[in-house]
Amino acid sequence: MVPRNRRSGRLDHEVEADLHRLPLDSDVTAAPSAATLRELVADNADLLPVIAVGGALGSLARWGLSEAFPHGPDELAWGTVIANVAGSLLLGLLMAFVLDVWSERRYVRPFLGVGVLGGFTTFSTYELDARGLFATGRPGLALAYLGGSVLAALLAVLIGVVAGRAAIDRRRDRELTR
Amino acid sequence: MTALLVVAGGLMGAPARYLTDLVVQSRHSSRLPWGTLTVNVVGSFILGLVAGLASAHHAPVWVLTLVGTGFCGALTTFSTFSFETFRLLDERMWWTAALNVAGSVAVGLAAVSLGFWLGSLG
Repeated sequence: MVPRNRRSGRLDHEVEADLHRLPLDSDVTAAPSAATLRELVADNADLLPVIAVGGALGSLARWGLSEAFPHGPDELAWGTVIANVAGSLLLGLLMAFVLDVWSERRYVRPFLGVGVLGGFTTFSTYELDARGLFATGRPGLALAYLGGSVLAALLAVLIGVVAGRAAIDRRRDRELTR
Repeated sequence: MTALLVVAGGLMGAPARYLTDLVVQSRHSSRLPWGTLTVNVVGSFILGLVAGLASAHHAPVWVLTLVGTGFCGALTTFSTFSFETFRLLDERMWWTAALNVAGSVAVGLAAVSLGFWLGSLG
């Protein structure tokens, strides 16, 4: 790895270049295959209990957040917003590490990414919350909630990925100068 | 008790999402993340159905906690949806990214509304 000169702006350039090495799908390495369902399941059977436990923990945390931020059908669901935005940021951060320093670890991505963060964030509750806002005569808030959640989550992924890359690079620079 | 129901639902929902994603993604070559879209729409429909049933008192609240908060919450995902959209934007596939967002949100909303309506009919 080449040491970076931050003042030259090379770091930013390399962060951008590195993004293109991130997988398109954070859960599954997508590739069309002729494998049967049974073969697919057999190849990944050891991941399922890991994903299940992670999903249970993430769901529990999401439920805790929703209990901490109760809301009526005509009010904004802050618990869901926080879970979805924070979960997106953490997934961006995780993927930066999974791509680089944890690339050889088989269970990190299934446990933390697919399980914990997949269970922590939710799309169905987000849609149900929006339906509730429309049904109680708050279409403006519903649209702001729908659009705002997506925009905030996309920004959160970007922050997570860039922060993760920067942390990895900083650690590597420290190791090189030692 | 409620926490146990959430855990039980989450234990089933997350692997169900992974398996669905695995199967769907292995069967197409388009860049649109159909696997995530599938679980998010199906999960929204089921959650709408259970919430509709509970609102009309056709189902007890614990069913909503187990199936809705636990299973559907873990079956669907926002983090993967936003990560995949981010990657599409990063690849400058603007239209695919826009289609993924608009399609997921609109079809999910239709699914949750249809489910809720059917559930409240009993």
